[in-house]
Amino acid sequence: MVRSATSLTGNGVRDWLWQRVSAVILALYTVFILGFIWSTPQLDYVVWFQFFHHIGVKLFSILAAFSLLVHAWVGMWTILTDYVKPACVRLTLEMLVMIALFVYFVAAIVIVWSV
Amino acid sequence: MSEAMQSVKFKIYRFNPEVDAKPYMQEYELNIPANQDMMLLEAILRIKAMDDSLAFRRSCREGVCGSDGMNINGRNGLACVTLLSSLKQPIELRPLPGLPVIRDLIVDMTAFFKQYEKIKPYLINNEPLPTKERLQSPAERKKLDGLYECILCACCSTSCPSFWWNPDKFVGPAGLLQAYRFIADSRDTATAERLEALTDPFSVFRCRGVMNCVEVCPKGLNPTRAIGHIRSELLAEGN
Repeated sequence: MVRSATSLTGNGVRDWLWQRVSAVILALYTVFILGFIWSTPQLDYVVWFQFFHHIGVKLFSILAAFSLLVHAWVGMWTILTDYVKPACVRLTLEMLVMIALFVYFVAAIVIVWSV
Repeated sequence: MSEAMQSVKFKIYRFNPEVDAKPYMQEYELNIPANQDMMLLEAILRIKAMDDSLAFRRSCREGVCGSDGMNINGRNGLACVTLLSSLKQPIELRPLPGLPVIRDLIVDMTAFFKQYEKIKPYLINNEPLPTKERLQSPAERKKLDGLYECILCACCSTSCPSFWWNPDKFVGPAGLLQAYRFIADSRDTATAERLEALTDPFSVFRCRGVMNCVEVCPKGLNPTRAIGHIRSELLAEGN
């Protein structure tokens, strides 16, 4: 058993499951958005506004942003633990990724909720 | 009439840490009868007869002991079961990648065997010994096919990028194939403990499904499938 303090859940099965579930949500969201774009004859500000004004779209968008946060963290953590061996450099990079992802998530909520 | 000959060109990785500052590739040319084919190992033995400073491992010369695993034209394999005629010239021979080189084609396999030891590669059964033997049904025995045949040549693990980056944490395809060999064994009673020991984010889950292991296994085994089975069992166990 290899211990890891910085992985998403500290457990390989749960990290793996989170990554896959978040991937499914992101895939569904992509299909949803592309489907909307494809089925709307004229996309203008009013149409976009009305679309994102719907509470369901807001919640789905926030869920997708959360999925991106989870998915990207598991992926970036894997890449960093693969390639960056000095612990201090890796932890610094992990922290920067964590902060960036958290800022993106908060920004996504603020943007989607302000519509 | 003299026999027609063909020349076979080789480029072999050389490094003797006691003498060489850094590794280099040495060229060799071997003359063999034109109508003759042979296994790569036989050719290397003939090269060694010309230059006895060349170091490599070999033993059974029939793909059973797993000693002569090496990187042949960029692909890991066993020299003793690789036909010379199947290789493009010059034939480039290098040590198995990702492990420290001791000398020439000989690598230090400590990291590989440490991972193998980790998975407890032996039957665990603390129940009282039966008078004769622990029986298995033909169906239970069949589950071990494709698992028990591994000869631990390390061709798979040393072709796996995840093992290159984390040889101290990722068990690697060879170790995981053996881990599943005992998880799947109906006579083994330590399945839960075995699975529990593999739940961390590195031991099994560092496998990214590259499948180099399947590509190079000289015994035609499929470690990626075994890893998939371990993942399924871990999910089913709810670890």
